Order: sequence, then C-alpha cells, then structure tokens
Amino acid sequence: MGKKQHYSITVNGKEEEFLTEPRELLIYTLRERLNITGPHIGCDTSHCGACTVTIDGKSVKACTMFVAQANGKDVTTIEGLGGPDDLHPLQTAFKEHHGLQCGYCTPGMITRATKLLEENPDPTEEEIRFGMAGNICRCTGYQNIVKSIQAAAAEMNAAKEAAE
Amino acid sequence: MIPARFEYYRPKDIAGVLSILEEHGDDARVMAGGHSLIPMMKLRMADVPHLIDLQDVGGMSDVEISAAGIRIGAMVTQHDIIDNEALASVAPILREAALQIADPQVRYMGTVGGNVANGDPGNDMPGLMQCLDATFTVIGADGEREIPARAFYEAAYMTAREDEEVLTAVTVPIPKGGYAYEKQKRKIGDYATAAAAVQIVKEGGSCVSASIAMTNLSDIPIYSEAAGAALVGTSVDDAAIRTAMEAMLGDIDPTEDNRGPVAFKKHVAGVILRRAIERAWSRA
Ligand code: FES
Ligand code: FES
Repeated sequence: MGKKQHYSITVNGKEEEFLTEPRELLIYTLRERLNITGPHIGCDTSHCGACTVTIDGKSVKACTMFVAQANGKDVTTIEGLGGPDDLHPLQTAFKEHHGLQCGYCTPGMITRATKLLEENPDPTEEEIRFGMAGNICRCTGYQNIVKSIQAAAAEMNAAKEAAE
Repeated sequence: MIPARFEYYRPKDIAGVLSILEEHGDDARVMAGGHSLIPMMKLRMADVPHLIDLQDVGGMSDVEISAAGIRIGAMVTQHDIIDNEALASVAPILREAALQIADPQVRYMGTVGGNVANGDPGNDMPGLMQCLDATFTVIGADGEREIPARAFYEAAYMTAREDEEVLTAVTVPIPKGGYAYEKQKRKIGDYATAAAAVQIVKEGGSCVSASIAMTNLSDIPIYSEAAGAALVGTSVDDAAIRTAMEAMLGDIDPTEDNRGPVAFKKHVAGVILRRAIERAWSRA
C-alpha cells in the first residue's frame, strides 16, 4: 500500500519529476525534496499560513495538501515571485515599510498578498486584514504588513497606469 | 506530522468513485478540498487506507439558480460561494456564512459538499442548510436519493449517507425575507462557540415565518422549530425574542470543552441568536 509513485509538478515554471509516496505533504516535497525553502512550516496544522503557495490560482497551505493532489499542477512559491536582483513590488514594499521582523511568516505573507492584490488591486485596510487573515505573524503586530501591502498596491497600480 | 500510508485514487467520474467505494467499503473515503480530512489523517485520528480524491470528477462545481431553487454542486468551494454575485443576490445568507468560515486559504479549498457531508458538529454549513431547508443529493450503486438536511445528521460524524454513497449536490429553495448568519468564535479559523442561522419573513409588520438553526451546540446541528414558531405572529419585539431564545435553549445540548463550560455556551448561544434575529428582522 502507498507504494512510491511517479509525480510531475511545475514549480516556479520548472517541471520537477520524482518518485515518492502519495502521503508526502507538499510542503515537505518543496522544502526537502526540491530544496525550495521559501515556504516555511510554522504550525503544520493549517493555521499559520507560513507555508502558503499559489496553486492553479489559489492560495494554498502546502502543509495541508498531499503531493498526490498537486500532481500535474502549477505551483508558485516566493522564489517564483522575485529574487534579490528583481524584487517583486511586494518584496520591495515589505523591505521599505518594515513589513517583517524575524521574517519567518514573510514568504507566506507575500505569496498570499500577491493573490489578494490580483483579486482586489486596490484594497482598503479592512479588506487587507480580512484577506490576510489566514497568515499569522508573531512579530510585527500586522500594522506594517498592512502598510507594506497598501504601498505595493499603490506602486503596482501606478506602474499599470503608466504602462497603459 | 506524517499520516499513515494510503493508496491514492483520482478517478475521472462518479462511476469510478463508486466502484472504489464498493470494493473497499469503509476502508475508503472520498476527499474534496481535504481541509477537514487531511488534518485528521496527519493526527492519525482518521485512518484512510484508500483515499479517493474527487478533484477530477466533473459536474460537481456548478451553481445553478432557477425559480425552483439553487443547486450547488458538492465541489463548489466557500470561495466560489463568496465570489458568486448572482448567488449572493438570491441567497445572501450563503455569502454571509461562507465569509465566516475558516480563513482565505482554507476557503479556496473547502467545499460545500465536504462541509455538509463530514458531519463535524463544528462545521457551519450543516446548520445553515437546515435553516434553509436544503436537500442533499447522494449517489450510490443503486442510483441517487435525496435526503433533507434536517434529517441528515444522526450524531457527530454520523449521517444518513451510507459509506458507499457520495454526496453530489445541495439544493436550496430560494430563501425569502430577511437573513442573518451570526457566529461567535475565539479567533479566525476557529469553529463557532455558538452560531445561528436565521431567515425571517415579515408581512405588514409581523413575522409570518421564521427558520432558526444553531451550530456547534450539540453533537449535530440543531434546527429549532420551536424557536422559529415563537416569532411567528409577533412583531419580533423583545418578549418574542426572549421566548425564541428560551425555546432554542431547550433544544440545544452543548458540552464543556476548550470553548467554555456549558453555562457559558448557553449564554453565548442566546446572545448570538438575539443578534441574528434582530439583524434578520431589520433586513426583512
Ligand atoms: S505550516 Fe501550514 S499553515 Fe502553518
Ligand atoms: S516577522 Fe516574525 S513572524 Fe512575522
């Protein structure tokens, strides 16, 4: 039972193929098998959101998905959003507005926030707090996270307008 | 946390699902979003040797609205419910309730079917569906049958669905009048300490019908017929609300747990029901 299976998942645009058991949780596939360590494990019980990734356009807690469920899917992690030389506007905004202290929650926060801004490009503070409610931060008190997301939204909207 | 080993299946149609269920009986479980089942499997509180993932089974992700009612496929997610403007305009209580379930990530995965079929007393949709007098469609080897939401729940995790059956859809009559879904919880993502679903119809200043159901205050959702009846024929004044609260308290049977002792839960149930009635009435 539960023999190793062949899986293929596209992570940050790169197709990854490997053999493993279906019970492997996606967060372990990413972190330990593929060495993609941006998504963190904060609680392992679907509460904290540190493990948030984007799968087929949804924000998903990777600690609560079996690798078998993700087979054939497109996964985006913080690594796929931007790197040190080409930061995503959210990454820049978190850096500039002190949206992080220890940084543990940050990859999940930013990954979730990309999706939030996609669905609602100009959110109010209340909408940000509601839309980020699946991500817990024990350092910042959230105030600067909200500020960072607001700043990124403004920046992204200005860039979009300039491009039009 | 690592769950026990299981065999994983991703059948393409319901026939495929049913044949696996037939073969493995209660060793097999179906899974939609998995956000109830996977945590239980990780804790090894649920043992599922044969796990059937429903994600590739088509035909269960639509919301159809007609004069006869609303048909919600079992794989429709809480996020879909919130996102569906047409649905929110005919049955706004569904969106109001869905917004109070879990958190954004979980709502992308959590389905209506999973929420009602699981039989977890903490789930919000069962009480809501009892308030709305919904009907659940289940399919098995002998075909489909319909089970009223108000007759579906037998005990915690025990329902009228047989092990070899799959819940495929929820059908809700178009709700009438004012509505409210009111929920008290300790934190985002928590189950209710108490929650109330209320639909009230008002005519000429008095209540002509009222439907009330409570969540997480017994081992099953509680449709309180007596609480609804207490409002009918009144102007939903303070005395009528008190009578409805008393009637509801006679129907629930909360137990002490980490959300508080019994007396506290009854107190919260009363407060929540009062708020729900007042809000529904103001919208009626
Ligand atoms: S580690 Fe997945 S939600 Fe906390
Ligand atoms: S910055 Fe430390 S947990 Fe959020």
